[in-house]
Amino acid sequence: MLDILYSLIPQTLFFAAPLIFTALGGVYSERSGVINIGLEGLMVIGAFAAVTFNLLYADALGAMTPWISLLVAMVASAVFSLLLAIPAITFRADQTVTGVAINMLALGFGVFMIKQIFNKGQTEFISEPIYTKDVPGLVDIPVIGDMFFNNMYITSYIAIALSFVAWYVLFKTPFGLRIRAVGEHPMAADTNGIKVYTTRYIAVIISGALAGIGGGVFAMTISLNFSVSTIAGQGFMAIAAVIFGKWNPLGAMGAALFFGFAQSLSVVGSSIPLLENVPQVYLLIAPYVLTILALAGFIGRSVAPKASGVPYIKGSR
Amino acid sequence: MKMRRYAVLLGLLLIVGVVLSACGSGGSSEQGGSDNSFETAMVTDTGGIDDKSFNQSAWEGLTQFGGDNGLKEDAGYSYLQSNSASDYVTNLNRLVQSNTDLIFGIGFKLAEDIGTVADQHKDTHFAIVDSVVDKENVASIVFEEQQGSFLAGVAAAMKSESGKIGFVGGEESELIKKFEAGYVAGAKSVNKDIEVDVQYAGSFGAPDKGKLIASNMYNSGVDVIYHSAGGTGNGVFAQAKDLKNNNPEGNYWVIGVDRDQYEEGQIGDNNVTLTSMLKAVDVAVADVAKQSKDGEFPGGEIVSYGLKDDGINIAETNKDAYTEDIKAAVNEWKQKLVNGDVTAPSTDAELKEYQDSL
Repeated sequence: MLDILYSLIPQTLFFAAPLIFTALGGVYSERSGVINIGLEGLMVIGAFAAVTFNLLYADALGAMTPWISLLVAMVASAVFSLLLAIPAITFRADQTVTGVAINMLALGFGVFMIKQIFNKGQTEFISEPIYTKDVPGLVDIPVIGDMFFNNMYITSYIAIALSFVAWYVLFKTPFGLRIRAVGEHPMAADTNGIKVYTTRYIAVIISGALAGIGGGVFAMTISLNFSVSTIAGQGFMAIAAVIFGKWNPLGAMGAALFFGFAQSLSVVGSSIPLLENVPQVYLLIAPYVLTILALAGFIGRSVAPKASGVPYIKGSR
Repeated sequence: MKMRRYAVLLGLLLIVGVVLSACGSGGSSEQGGSDNSFETAMVTDTGGIDDKSFNQSAWEGLTQFGGDNGLKEDAGYSYLQSNSASDYVTNLNRLVQSNTDLIFGIGFKLAEDIGTVADQHKDTHFAIVDSVVDKENVASIVFEEQQGSFLAGVAAAMKSESGKIGFVGGEESELIKKFEAGYVAGAKSVNKDIEVDVQYAGSFGAPDKGKLIASNMYNSGVDVIYHSAGGTGNGVFAQAKDLKNNNPEGNYWVIGVDRDQYEEGQIGDNNVTLTSMLKAVDVAVADVAKQSKDGEFPGGEIVSYGLKDDGINIAETNKDAYTEDIKAAVNEWKQKLVNGDVTAPSTDAELKEYQDSL
């Protein structure tokens, strides 16, 4: 039984890390009242930027490459998210439509640029990916050490730590209160002197930055290259995690971990004594069935921020 | 006043429309091409011509054929990229309308659409790679992947120290079954008691799933994994390379598919790619194009390529890992397969029969 946990937990954590980053971004954007369907596209830009930078500068930067690539991915996606922010906030465009446009644009842009830069339809494998490491000291703790600190991606820890930071910022700081205020009742916030547009811009840019990290982490730990199918649905899973987690950073993290756990269970399942006789197709669909069950029955009502999806027009009632 | 402004706008719009459409038709009538020269083209599946897999290989074959016959790209041979499954029919029809003599559909996913379009255009010749379409004007190009996979299995069983090897498939289908059955049979031929862990990811484009499966297999003691899973296989490579990075002495091997995936396995001074099952789509495509040009188009036939005609082979690029012992064993079995002493199984039923005969 312990053996199974030894393989389940690390797998859950590496699978969930990109989803956690992206879902945290989704929480910030939606809490401020801007629906971000474009998370998938922002992840694509993150993956594209990370892989391209990694390939071009690996020789010069050596072992530091992946971390600087992540920063580049973060900045690139943050800038790209302005394409969502400007129409959705300043020009009051329909946020869902804008988000869908972001998804299509990002993929086209990424593939086009790869063609321009490398003259290929997809990149080579990167030479400086993020590797797993043992956590010194902690790995020697019996049982738990092997489970949580053996051969782990440091990005998984960062993702989990960041969830707590994100929660603290959103619920315990004046800045977080402002974000929530403009997402619930922008007019009330406005009359209290909170700059609704500025706050929403900041929230969307944060979501872009986090989704960029998510895409970068996915590319540098899992796919190792960039192609048209590198990010295929992870952004939408992150949106599901946002809703599943009730627009709370910790909830979103929990949901992302749950998705990772369900996926890894579907793979490990065939070696668990109780499940080994179950046909593989049932294990393959298990993550999705579990998700539906969880959404339908166990978490209770999931209510979106009240002004989510509604553009704010100054002076309107 | 306002009305008039709209009228002017509308007028301008119409003029632009007329001018643009005139340009369009002018272009296409030139592209029609003369009927006395041979024109061939291929429609990729969603992979594109640099997918490092069979689309790329097919395009290399077509380029080779063009070069040999003095044809130029876009005036003799060309390709159309499909970005989604809904592009297949559109692309095929576009090529039919520009008087292409022979149209290749690359990948089994185009089979159904080739069938439909071939029915509508009986005068155009089609060829489908990796599938069988039973029509008078369609040549079906298939490969005996089970033979190459058999040799991959032999190599895996020779390399494995733990007695456990793995197979990662994309979507479970008749085609991928050929890889699986051949691989298992090859491995069991060398070591009857070897354990083969077979897993399907359910997708050809899910590297995260591939990585999960590989991680689980290596954890359970598997030391060689053969993947036949396209982009999902990237995850297998990612996992093997990560483990190798932490433990350079460890046994973490991947067997590549379709083309030599040696480059993908490189990590520092080590390489995790033991070998690759090579599928010479380029040879087959060039061959069928040549036959068609010479007026011997194999319409309605199934053209099969295997070990015998170098349509299938096994890579020997990793000199350190792919030792002389392995090479000798693989060559021995290769000879048996070519001579017909042994037939590699391609379905579950045949595999069972083969295993019982061991």
